[in-house]
Amino acid sequence: MKLTLKIWRQSGPEDKGGVVTYPIEGVSEDMSFLEMLDVLNEGLIAEGEEPVAFDSDCREGICGMCGVMINGEAHGPERTTTCQLHMRSFRDGDEIVIEPWRADAFPVIKDLCVDRSAFDRIIQAGGYISANTGSAPDAHATPVPKENADRAFMAAECIGCGACVAACPNASGMLFMGSKITHLGEFPQGQPERDARVVSMTAQHDHEGFGGCTNLGECSRACPKGIPLNVISQMNGDLLRAQRHRS
Amino acid sequence: MATSTIDAGKRPKTGSILLKTVMAVSGLIFVGFILAHMYGNLMIFAGRETFNEYAHHLREFGSPMLPEKGFLWVMRITLIVALVAHAGSAFALWSRAGKARTTRYVQRKGQWATFVKRSMRWGGAALLIFVVFHILHFTTNTIQIGGDYDNPADRLLNSFGVWWAVLIYLFAVACLGMHLLHGIWSAGMTLGLNRSLDAAERLRLTAILVAVVVVVGFALPPLAIFLGLIP
Amino acid sequence: MTAPLIEGLYREGDAIADTAAPDGPIAEKWTKHKFDNKLVNPANRRKLDVIIVGTGLAGASAGATLGEAGYNVKSFCYQDSPRRAHSIAAQGGINAAKNYKGDGDSIYRLFYDTVKGGDYRSREDNTYRLAEVSADIIDQCVAQGVPFAREYGGLLDNRSFGGVQVSRTFYARGQTGQQLLIGAYQALERQIAAGAVKMYSRHEMLELIVVDGKARGIIARDMVSGEIQTHLADAVVLASGGYGNVYFLSTNAMGCNVTASWRAHRKGAYFANPCYTQIHPTCIPVSGDHQSKLTLMSESLRNDGRIWVPKRREDCEKDPRQIPDEDRDYYLERLYPSFGNLVPRDIASRQAKNMCDEGRGVGPKVGDFRRGVYLDFKDAIGRLGEDAVRAKYGNLFDMYKQITGEDPYQVPMRIYPAVHYTMGGLWVDYDLQATIPGLFVAGEANFSDHGANRLGASALMQGLADGYFVLPNTIRNYLADGPFEAIDAKHPAVIEAQDSVENRIQTLLGINGDRSVDSFHKELGHIMWEYCGMERTDEGLRKAIDLIRSLRDEFWRNVRVLGAADTLNQSLEKAGRVADFLELGELMCIDALHRRESCGGHFRAESQTEDGEALRHDDEFLYVGAWEWGGEDGNPVLHKEALEYEFIELKQRSYK
Repeated sequence: MKLTLKIWRQSGPEDKGGVVTYPIEGVSEDMSFLEMLDVLNEGLIAEGEEPVAFDSDCREGICGMCGVMINGEAHGPERTTTCQLHMRSFRDGDEIVIEPWRADAFPVIKDLCVDRSAFDRIIQAGGYISANTGSAPDAHATPVPKENADRAFMAAECIGCGACVAACPNASGMLFMGSKITHLGEFPQGQPERDARVVSMTAQHDHEGFGGCTNLGECSRACPKGIPLNVISQMNGDLLRAQRHRS
Repeated sequence: MATSTIDAGKRPKTGSILLKTVMAVSGLIFVGFILAHMYGNLMIFAGRETFNEYAHHLREFGSPMLPEKGFLWVMRITLIVALVAHAGSAFALWSRAGKARTTRYVQRKGQWATFVKRSMRWGGAALLIFVVFHILHFTTNTIQIGGDYDNPADRLLNSFGVWWAVLIYLFAVACLGMHLLHGIWSAGMTLGLNRSLDAAERLRLTAILVAVVVVVGFALPPLAIFLGLIP
Repeated sequence: MTAPLIEGLYREGDAIADTAAPDGPIAEKWTKHKFDNKLVNPANRRKLDVIIVGTGLAGASAGATLGEAGYNVKSFCYQDSPRRAHSIAAQGGINAAKNYKGDGDSIYRLFYDTVKGGDYRSREDNTYRLAEVSADIIDQCVAQGVPFAREYGGLLDNRSFGGVQVSRTFYARGQTGQQLLIGAYQALERQIAAGAVKMYSRHEMLELIVVDGKARGIIARDMVSGEIQTHLADAVVLASGGYGNVYFLSTNAMGCNVTASWRAHRKGAYFANPCYTQIHPTCIPVSGDHQSKLTLMSESLRNDGRIWVPKRREDCEKDPRQIPDEDRDYYLERLYPSFGNLVPRDIASRQAKNMCDEGRGVGPKVGDFRRGVYLDFKDAIGRLGEDAVRAKYGNLFDMYKQITGEDPYQVPMRIYPAVHYTMGGLWVDYDLQATIPGLFVAGEANFSDHGANRLGASALMQGLADGYFVLPNTIRNYLADGPFEAIDAKHPAVIEAQDSVENRIQTLLGINGDRSVDSFHKELGHIMWEYCGMERTDEGLRKAIDLIRSLRDEFWRNVRVLGAADTLNQSLEKAGRVADFLELGELMCIDALHRRESCGGHFRAESQTEDGEALRHDDEFLYVGAWEWGGEDGNPVLHKEALEYEFIELKQRSYK
């Protein structure tokens, strides 16, 4: 098929950037979206133009490295990661607008690459259970009810791609954070630090410049792993609980 | 390093979740007030005397333990505080959201969420203006529609004989309905009530129910008066 | 003085031995060794700097553990966050000798299965230690909040995996690697917050700094600013993963590369068994020339799916649903009646290739052949019902549909083998120390535990064993002699390393030829897959060596790398990696050529039994082939480390 790509090009963080139009032909519907961009880049290199920079690594939908806005939707029209989106989701003759995630907490590095280290700093603020290597009791010492374990797993599926922030009208990172707080909060092992974790992580989130949550649910609709909005509610409840325990 | 490194003491500014909690609690105070207000409005269907009696009793509520209008002032102060807290938090969050994305998308899919977001913000602002108008109209009697009357029932009946007054009120009620639809859901989310898919469903139904009751309950008196159904 | 050139390709040097390995009964070796190894006074630890390259299971867990212990750690990864490392993509599970099922598992049995699975080409004592610490890994991960699958009673669930007869595999649905990596990542982030670890994301190691024969640091490029940085330390740990991307198409991530290991190899670290590659039988086939990577589907599919190809070539284009049972060749069930579709990975892979080579492959033609075989769930759906199949494999079926656009509930899946894991890697001793003192290698980057083939669900186990439990206990023996003499940034060895990196970048940018980096990479991958893949021949490997040499020559004359050095430049990053793959590829072919036996994951056509099965030659090849860099224009030097089997009896595999 034949497509018209409108791609955001930006040479560096300081550059203003803008949309550049590239026609592309010979796209097969079996290609993944990123393979289509690979083909575009091969063409650009042949013409002596610098290829479009975009992030991707595992290309099987699990590492969370890829992610762009495609026609105004995070990761494009299907509920999946950009690397798992295939060209059969598009039609011959389509115009496709491709942009980086936009949030001030995710500054653009180049073209479609953004800096998501704010997510790492949120995890640093408390997204873990403090258990030094070698200090652990036997794995069967503390049984965990299956419902809690399943809910923890559901929340732990987050791949940290940032689509939630990209899709949120307020550029909020609450779904990312809520999923971690829910994951760890469902385990007995996560209880001792539960209060401190939510207080510290939410403070870091705001400090990074993400917007507040207005419970619109766009994040959850964009999440390639389908993490539900209720992890945000659980986090909110945890924060209230932590404030009560404090006072 | 051996110890837990979570530093719960770090707090750069009032957290956005705290602001949301303030909005949720103040919003719920309004929901309570609005339901009571609606109940009072519906008394017009019981006739002028009953309605005037109700308005009078509001002033003497709690008497003689409270001075005249004492209860009314307690209510008024609570509502003003709630209003300031609600609107103040809303504007703070609005401004933060603006700063969180200063470069806009070239293309954005038309989203329901964007519509809801705007309806909350602009609808909320419209309600704020309406509340001022409403107080000037019925409470202080500064704005007089359909003539000057000194008892509440006559004021009500004559005002809603005027078509544009009815329209203004119906528009405000529609705004309020939209606001409640998302607001109650949002308050439930913020207060941590949505912990499962079932809970989400219950919360959503509650929001719809309250919004529908409020819209119908508030729209009935002006419509009935305008159509001449109340003598 | 120089040893004679063998086959015109390599020389043979002195034999080597693992001198760090302790004596005594195998079950007591590790305990004894931990006691014998020197300790580092806690007050001294913060004066000791350790560099760790890579943040996969091995790198992240080592970083977290060394940080907890109080060392100064600098951690490097090329991705934008340590959480992206490719360990995340492992699906199946992690083995541990917990015997929670009471089905007769033990450390010894896991050790035995691992050695046997590796076709008797791994070290006994390393493998025993791996099995020994496996149980601790599960405890550690549970304490960190890794959400393993549980039963209704709240205890951990296990499944049987990779054809073993006990249920010892712990899993988190099909995302075990993700959950384990996130656990290690969180532990690492905790140490970053504590200031014990300094993280360098989007940084790529481009050279090892060796001073007075010891590894003392690395040269890294900041991939955003292009800055070339020098990082000095008392010890360097490489946990930079495997080199499966030498085949271009593999299940590895796009960025997986051999550069860190290869740079160390060029500085004197021996590279062991480079030709040992694991080919995974159940991947989604290639759909066209544009393909950038292959996607694995869990091997568990073979438990219920039946593998077949049409009996007649002319049926290959037909809709598989129109081919009646009598015209289908369920070849694994025919050839291996007792194991059927559950034969080991290498056999399943090789037979799929054989069927396609016969012209009986299915799916789209890529080149001259159709490269795919059917994996059919029709019988399973008939027997168990669609809902039961959905409950078991739903996420895999969805993934398949997402990628191919075909619904496996209706049409049989198509699968084909793909490169998945590399058992070879930098040579290390029992302490995980390479032949350069102060250089330690952990996880897939080293060679030690899997022999010539890897048992399913053992890669995650090895990565975490090395990082959490082994390395922290062995590196202290080396660091106890530190802190070593401070090195001046102007030291000739440092300047030499910096200059070589700068020169290489300028050379790559200056060639300005006609061909893109990817086109070279694809061609190299094609050569490797064709001649150094599942089946190897003497003639093919010699041809491959010639082809690689001329391709490498063309690369340095004709590659086109656009853009600048002082910015994010993905073509430049790829160019450096492909340049190293072009050197590694040749060494892999030489190693494969010299090993004239069929063993583990690879089949040597000249070494087979009468009925076409793999034939091992323990008399000639019971050794680790550790290769020394022979210099820019020299030839690699082979050092043999004899393998001794004291506790396990050598047996020829049979799956008939």
